[in-house]
Amino acid sequence: MRALRRPVGVTGVVLLALVLFAAAFGPVLWGERATAVDTANLLAGPSAEHWIGTDNLGRDLFARVLVAARLSILLALAATAIAMVLGLLLGAAPMLLGRRLGRLVTASVNVLVAFPGLLLVLFFAVVFGVGARGAALAVGLAGAPAFARLCHTLIAGVSERDYVAAARIAGVGRARMLRRHVLPNIAEPVIVYATMTAGAALLTFAGLSFLGLGVQAPDYDWGKLMQDGLNGIYVHPLAALGPGIAVVLAGLAFNLTGEAFAAGPRRTHVLPPAGPPSPATAPARNSVLSADDLRVTIPGPNGPIHAVRGVSFSVGDGEAVGVVGESGSGKSVTALAVAGLLEPPVRVQAGHLAVAGEDLLAPGAHRRLGTSLAVVFQDPMTSFNPAHRVGPQLAEVSRFHQGLGRRAAFARAVDRLRAVRIGDPERRARQYPFEFSGGMRQRAMIGMGLMGEPRLIVADEPTTALDVTVQRQVLELLADVRRDTGAALLLISHDVSVVTDVCDRVLVMYAGRVVEELPAKDLRALARHPYTRALVAAVPDMETDLDRPLAVIPGLPVDPVDVPAGCAFAPRCPLADDHCRTVAPPLRDGVACHKAGEAP
Amino acid sequence: MKTATAGLKAGPRVGPRVGRWPRFALRRAARLLASLWVLVTASFLMIHLVPGDPVRAALGPTAPADLVLAHKEELGLLDPLWQQYATFLGHLLQGDLGVSIASRLPVGEVIAQQLPATAELALLAFLLAVAVAVPVGVVMAVLTRRGRGRRAELAFTGANVVVSAIPDFLLGVGLVYLLAVQTHVFPVAGRAGPDSYVLPVLALAIGPAAVLSRIVRVEMLAVMEADYVRTARAKRLTPVRVHVVHALPNAVTATLTIGGLALSSLVAGTVLVENVFAWPGLGSSIVSSIVAKDYPLVQGTVLVYGVGVLLINTVVDVALALLDPRSAIGEA
Repeated sequence: MRALRRPVGVTGVVLLALVLFAAAFGPVLWGERATAVDTANLLAGPSAEHWIGTDNLGRDLFARVLVAARLSILLALAATAIAMVLGLLLGAAPMLLGRRLGRLVTASVNVLVAFPGLLLVLFFAVVFGVGARGAALAVGLAGAPAFARLCHTLIAGVSERDYVAAARIAGVGRARMLRRHVLPNIAEPVIVYATMTAGAALLTFAGLSFLGLGVQAPDYDWGKLMQDGLNGIYVHPLAALGPGIAVVLAGLAFNLTGEAFAAGPRRTHVLPPAGPPSPATAPARNSVLSADDLRVTIPGPNGPIHAVRGVSFSVGDGEAVGVVGESGSGKSVTALAVAGLLEPPVRVQAGHLAVAGEDLLAPGAHRRLGTSLAVVFQDPMTSFNPAHRVGPQLAEVSRFHQGLGRRAAFARAVDRLRAVRIGDPERRARQYPFEFSGGMRQRAMIGMGLMGEPRLIVADEPTTALDVTVQRQVLELLADVRRDTGAALLLISHDVSVVTDVCDRVLVMYAGRVVEELPAKDLRALARHPYTRALVAAVPDMETDLDRPLAVIPGLPVDPVDVPAGCAFAPRCPLADDHCRTVAPPLRDGVACHKAGEAP
Repeated sequence: MKTATAGLKAGPRVGPRVGRWPRFALRRAARLLASLWVLVTASFLMIHLVPGDPVRAALGPTAPADLVLAHKEELGLLDPLWQQYATFLGHLLQGDLGVSIASRLPVGEVIAQQLPATAELALLAFLLAVAVAVPVGVVMAVLTRRGRGRRAELAFTGANVVVSAIPDFLLGVGLVYLLAVQTHVFPVAGRAGPDSYVLPVLALAIGPAAVLSRIVRVEMLAVMEADYVRTARAKRLTPVRVHVVHALPNAVTATLTIGGLALSSLVAGTVLVENVFAWPGLGSSIVSSIVAKDYPLVQGTVLVYGVGVLLINTVVDVALALLDPRSAIGEA
């Protein structure tokens, strides 16, 4: 009943109730009025007595529209029922008849689905002849293939599930399995689709009767009334438009109801107004990246997610800084914020956030970053545009930011691909990304960053999606690039060993905060924060005793929606006491811990 | 994935496998032929599925018995079924669709006369629908991405649901009332000058345009969240360039699939709209021939409509394979 809380659902259900009321009681309430011949008022226009006028026998058209609801709705429902039953049977055929016959049925359904419904309706109308019964059969049969396709897909999905497999192994018969285990699980989408089919059938019937192929006089449905009214559209258009409006309203009633139930709940996540801004500060000197009190808030289904909660750090010219932490620690969001790639409704606040001399908090600073900031993303398989060739994707940077022509930019792209050690770069540049392997794509992505003269490379888990040998190549390439260009590096990784190999300095993040900051060489031996130590201990090395279970960090990461008041790591920390649980430790001398350096 | 790309890199494939394009062409051609066979057989069986005596029904209860017999003879209905089927297929291969019962004209001739009017209408409406739907869908996607522009979204989806609930022939009636009867801007019916095309094309195009623009928007919304769009933004391109050059081409695949469906249902939709506007096309003639039980003519018209739809589906599939080479590989 969630659907009823949305305006669309309410509108649909109210309309549907009205339409069904007219169908049930229309002929009883207005039947007399609809057949009363008034020879003094033939083909009259709208008046107080006849709201949308009268027909050629002086009968009240408004009453006739209301009375016609019953036949129109009944025919639509009958056709829907035919389509649904046939569709279910055909859709369940692979399950009922076994694989080979089932495949034949599925193939025929696929052929039939290709034909538009109206064409099938016309075909069946020829077979069954002109008239209401023939039309109902025609619309029903014509609707069956689409229904069968839906049921087939749904049933195929359900029969993969464990409980159906279990029933099959237990020797439950096919028909019983369908009734007991499959149908109840596909009922909801089938009913939703049936509701929409009923709406469509209603419109198709109107069309058929309008063409003269459906309901025949003296019976009448909305389509027939429209057909009668169309001849007089010059004199009084409401005679044709009135039943038309009824058709549209009834169609809407079915569609809106179906859609409201199909869509399910869709809440909008809006952030509460921003708190007071952090006091503006000046960027650190000689730094290519400087952030102060960086906060990132993301709207979520259960309230705002504070992904980054006041992070301050800087990266010096040519320095390599690593950020480590578990998933959900806010390290990737920090990288995206630093790269200026977060968009509203995500909120980014900071005392300052400066990259390569540009103030990222000011509007319009981004364009100049096109050449001075390079970004390498986690998944090379999805980070290239599949619709364009690789070379032009690289060349675009030079064409757009450096004013190079098509040829010159392409030549530079080929040159950069060679620089990142891609063999046969002229040919490769003309290929699509899907023709590249994962490692090659990541190298090409680095090459894309080298189209400009980057002062900073932000690499967000650049090796996570690659296998180990390729990881090594990509890391070596990053090191070479830094040596050649003198660019600084901000490397995000959950892999402690990668960061210690590549970086000068390491930031350890936990629950959206930096908990420790130390030289990379000290990470293994001199870490003082219990979380850093646990992180390091969780990495096996050559001296790890293989007979003992591998070390893990007990407990789960903090829910970013509901961060505890004290130290966020306290619930998982062996050293935590009440002070830790109530007072958040500030980052002092490179570590944010009340028990820094204490032995467990 | 790794082995697949390695195979591509190596150039010529190892083993007896055929290249992906011939495989795709073969599969697609087989599907087209199977569908054609179903269509032809169905239209042949149509006349035999009619309950009772179709010729008697066509000529009316007062027609003399020998006339009915003569007609049956002419239609070949007295031969055994397999022979009728063989004759039907043979004539079809020569382009002979039989002779209309009512007008005594060759069916092929009648259809050839009316087909251009219908094809024009469907094609113009399709082009108009695409020309409207793509920009509208893209703009709405950009305006309403990530929960922005809630009012714009509500207005768009609301209008969309209402418009797509109005069947094309009703739109036609409404348009006639507003723009022909009330204001005399456009002719009420018939096919004469360019202005006579406006209302029928509009009536046909509005519904598909609404559906298509909804699909374009949904696809664009999905594509705009893709990693490669983030890559494009990391290149600091202008938003227009990001959306049009990097996002839109990736939204085209699904749009084209639905567009093909829209086009084939447009072909069928012409039947109703042609009747509203007294358009001298196939749609007007199929209805009158169904009512008159002129079976050869109905048979021919259904065949032509069906072949049109099948050709559209095939063209769409080929276009998809060309635009998105992965789809052809996936099938092969």
